[in-house]
Amino acid sequence: MDTLTVAHFLAGSLVLLSFSLLYQDRLPPLINTFAAQSLVLALAIGWQAETQHAPHLLITAAIEFGFKTVLIPLVLTWIIRNLKIHRTVEIVVGVGPTILAGMALVGLAMALMMRATPGIGVLARQDLVFALSVVLLGMLMMVTRRNAVSQVIGFMSIENGLVLAATGAKGMPFVVETSVAFSVLIALIVTGIFLFRIRERFDSMDVAVIDQFRGER
Amino acid sequence: MLILAALLGPAVLFGLALLAATVSRRRWANAAVYGACALVAVAGLAVAVTALLNGSTETLTLPLGIPWIGMHFRLDALAAVFLVVVNLGGAVASLFAIGYGRHETSPERVVPFVPAFIAAMNLVVVSDDAFTFLFAWECMSVLSWALVVSHDRDPQNLRAGLIYVAMAGFGTFALMICFAVMAAGGDFTFAAMRAHGAGLPGLVLALALLGAGSKAGIFPLHAWLPLAHPAAPGHVSALMSGVMTKVAVYGFIRITFDLMGPVDWTLSLAVIAIGAVTALLGVLYALMQHDLKRLLAYHTVENIGIIFVALGMALAFRAAHLPAAAALAATAALFHVFNHSLFKSLLFFGAGAIQNATGTRDIDRLGGLIRTMPQTALAFLIGATAISALPPLNGFASEWMVFQAAFLSGSLPQWGLRLLIPTAAAILALSAALAAACFVKAFGVTFLGRARSAAATAARETDRVSRLAMAALAGGCIVAGVVPGFFTNLLGPASQMLTTARMPIANAVSPLVPVAANHNTYSGLIIALGLIGATLLVAALVHLLANRATRRSDTWDCGHPEINLLAQYSAGSFAQPIRRVYASIAFGARETVEMPAPCDLAPAKFTATLHDSAWELLYAPVGKTIGFLADRLNPFQYLTIRAYLGIVFVALVLLLTGLAIWS
Amino acid sequence: MVVSETLILAILQAVLVMALAPLLTGIVRKTKAGLQRRRGASIFQPYRDIARLMRKETIISHDASWIFTAAPTFILAATWVAATLVPTFAQTPGLAPIADLIVIVGLLAAARFALALAGLDIGTAFGGLGASREMLFATVAEPAMLMIIFGLSLIAGTTRLAEIAATVQATVPGLHISLMLAFVGLAMLAVVENGRIPVDNPATHLELTMVHEAMILEYSGRHLGLIELAQALKLLLYVSLIAVVFIPWGLAPAGSTLLAYGLGFGVYLIKLVVAAKLLAFFEIAGAKMRVFRVPQFAGVALMLALLAVLLLFVSRSF
Repeated sequence: MDTLTVAHFLAGSLVLLSFSLLYQDRLPPLINTFAAQSLVLALAIGWQAETQHAPHLLITAAIEFGFKTVLIPLVLTWIIRNLKIHRTVEIVVGVGPTILAGMALVGLAMALMMRATPGIGVLARQDLVFALSVVLLGMLMMVTRRNAVSQVIGFMSIENGLVLAATGAKGMPFVVETSVAFSVLIALIVTGIFLFRIRERFDSMDVAVIDQFRGER
Repeated sequence: MLILAALLGPAVLFGLALLAATVSRRRWANAAVYGACALVAVAGLAVAVTALLNGSTETLTLPLGIPWIGMHFRLDALAAVFLVVVNLGGAVASLFAIGYGRHETSPERVVPFVPAFIAAMNLVVVSDDAFTFLFAWECMSVLSWALVVSHDRDPQNLRAGLIYVAMAGFGTFALMICFAVMAAGGDFTFAAMRAHGAGLPGLVLALALLGAGSKAGIFPLHAWLPLAHPAAPGHVSALMSGVMTKVAVYGFIRITFDLMGPVDWTLSLAVIAIGAVTALLGVLYALMQHDLKRLLAYHTVENIGIIFVALGMALAFRAAHLPAAAALAATAALFHVFNHSLFKSLLFFGAGAIQNATGTRDIDRLGGLIRTMPQTALAFLIGATAISALPPLNGFASEWMVFQAAFLSGSLPQWGLRLLIPTAAAILALSAALAAACFVKAFGVTFLGRARSAAATAARETDRVSRLAMAALAGGCIVAGVVPGFFTNLLGPASQMLTTARMPIANAVSPLVPVAANHNTYSGLIIALGLIGATLLVAALVHLLANRATRRSDTWDCGHPEINLLAQYSAGSFAQPIRRVYASIAFGARETVEMPAPCDLAPAKFTATLHDSAWELLYAPVGKTIGFLADRLNPFQYLTIRAYLGIVFVALVLLLTGLAIWS
Repeated sequence: MVVSETLILAILQAVLVMALAPLLTGIVRKTKAGLQRRRGASIFQPYRDIARLMRKETIISHDASWIFTAAPTFILAATWVAATLVPTFAQTPGLAPIADLIVIVGLLAAARFALALAGLDIGTAFGGLGASREMLFATVAEPAMLMIIFGLSLIAGTTRLAEIAATVQATVPGLHISLMLAFVGLAMLAVVENGRIPVDNPATHLELTMVHEAMILEYSGRHLGLIELAQALKLLLYVSLIAVVFIPWGLAPAGSTLLAYGLGFGVYLIKLVVAAKLLAFFEIAGAKMRVFRVPQFAGVALMLALLAVLLLFVSRSF
């Protein structure tokens, strides 16, 4: 089993799980899928640590695992349970067109990265392609879903993509890594409070209700 | 001199047309004119095949047309391939018309035009300078327009004719500019353009797509096609759909592959994308129809899309210097051109025969025709199987080649193409499956089930000559499907000319070889023999071993058979799931059910609405603008003579002033 | 390879698939029954069913045309030819030049075309409903199938089954993401094409849910027997297809000894049994979905195949 195949497998699974996020139409499986994606990301980083002989990446992997695979999904589950949020994902664009758009985005990411980075190694290059795909898919998810919780998850999957890109490019400075991790945590806290507040005010998690409140529609 | 022979055909046909104009009211005129027409077309076919086998290129300049320039003609491999298509289609259509034309109510409006139409298509293919080409092209358009409006009592036909003539004018205009751009030196012969190469390849390709594409029916310039083709009489529909669109494809190939010289790969992107969209939308439109001839016309749009995808791939492979793959894609395109002309003519003949027998084209008023018109049904079934790309018939063979060409796209250097071609291939697979669904619908609702109207019950089998024409085409579909290698061999010289390479030569028995014998291959013959053998074996075993007792009885239908004949599955109900899944995205299809209140005896109402966005976004605004301008200009019709003179005078003064300022 | 050996192998394979097809259906049914805590009929029951149908009198509606009577024979023949072309227990390089994977898919499409026409022939509502839905499923399945073939062609450089099998055989088993995606996609397509749960329920005659059974509602006697046999054969074909592409290990190489062939046959039997158990398990685990969910289900297969192709472009490993 050569290193390339394993890295390819892990990064490919990451993209697959991004699509899986787009496919989910209920919140609990959505959160579980996100946890699975973060787990695969942690494994991918771990594999990078192994192949690049960069032990500090192991810490990054551990942070990813601790925060995104365990802590954040738990918190989100706790939030939807306590807030008794309606457990479906409000969808703006249908699943089929979204998935097709996602495919087009992956193709775009590929064509872009393959042209932009002819010089660098195969491993880093394919990681960059997959990372950009994950980022774009996360953005697509934030655009096409109205539910606040799924928007949070979309945001975090964007972050997953960024971390993949950063570790693929020979690792990033540890300070940056920790600060990114903590910023995500803070984002979670902020969105948590935010969720509580809109829940109190509007009795719904649908972001569209806020638009209505502002008189935008 | 083969080219003289090839030109003699159109000349005789034009003469025949003039003769026919004088005698067309006579009772014998129909059979005589069409018979002569068929004979000339067969002779033209023989000439074309000979030219293809010889593989030589002949040119000729005749002192006709514009003085000191003359008319240039050229018979090369590409022209010969399309001469085969034109003359084969013309011959069979004439044969069919010997029987079909007898039912014509006003033969003087049809008979003289058909030979001239076939002659014009012949001329387009052999012309070798822009003037001759455009002259023949315009003849082809005008003559076919005359045939479209031959039944002018029907306002729909007149509308179709109006839209057709507008689109044809637009297409010729685009081609004119296209040639003007290419003939930068002022020399309008194709030989000069070929030597010169295209200066503005992007513009030339766009104009070729607009000009030839609008005639061929690519999306969104297809709008006239499903209106005009059904309006014409049956054999003319077959000629227009099966042959004229191919002449348009010829125009496109001649310009992009031959005259333009090397083409950049970016342009092939556009051709492939347009082809894929055309294929998918064409078949989706077709699924929504219940007018048999309009359904067939939309399928022409679909098949043109398939041909353009293959042509685009050939351009891409050629630009990437992969001659073997380019040869495969080009041969696939040409083979599909030939195949489509066979099965589309066959299907239109079937539709014409049905219209003669029942007086309607609405398949929701038909049904059960397999009992009253068994031979037409069999021929139509063969055509339907072929167009649905099912083995072992010819539609499958050419579409298989298109897929094989797509599989080779992995070796292209450009990422854009490597992503686009698999997508286009998936779209082609989707449209093939949709086409199969559509022809299950068309055949099932028309020929199977129980008759839905008195006319369908009273239908009689069509005449013998028409059946002979259909049988010939059905036989062609089978032969081209079972021994495709024989036909790809014939297409070799044309492929050589377009892509500097040809597919490996296959003999009749050996399988079809796209690139190399150790790569993917397909043996239509063995598959066909296997299918026949297995069918016979199963039938024999069942006959020997199983209980042979058979009883005819009433339909079971879970115990509650429906008496009302109109309650059978109709075209609309068959297409409903597909409409719901695909057309809701493509055409914004919506279904509304109005249920009456409880105790209200009013019937429930179900309406399905479709939006043709191409029409609403492109054609309707253009039509509206023209109407608006025409309204504004209307007062100019009712001015006094003094006012008209004043306008002329002011125009003159303005022009003179302009001249004074600029010179 | 010598022509005669190819011919013998082809005939052997034709006989084998025909003989084993009802057995596979029987094992699936038996396992399902076991999982539902029923005893279930013997695994040889499908043979008895077909034999019984063959012995019965055949009833044909007054409204039926020759399409109705000819369709069962043609459907079985086309499926049989297709099934013969898929290597089962041994490599058949002699058959490879005749047909690649696309031809096999085309033959199945031809069989489906005939079945849908037969459904429309009598003019009953059920027949039309079944035919219309069957064709809808085909339209969602075929692009996905093409995409899977595209992916395999990128991996193996060919669409000949024998050579794909040889390529996969030569790789180290392990984490090949594109291959896995293609595998899952093809398995989902097999479910769609064979009308198994969650797409269609082969065991029900509930009017509003059925697709395949609706088309063949008017069939009886020997005609029904032929169609049931064709259905069993199609299931076997898809199992063999998945086995030969994704787990080709144990396939006897061409021109090997009788013992090797026997060994290959044994491995093939094991593969069939495992596939039957897995299929039964998945059928038990899920419920049938609404008709208009099926396009989404097949859409996932298309997505997986597309993703497999995209991933293949990025890297040379698969």
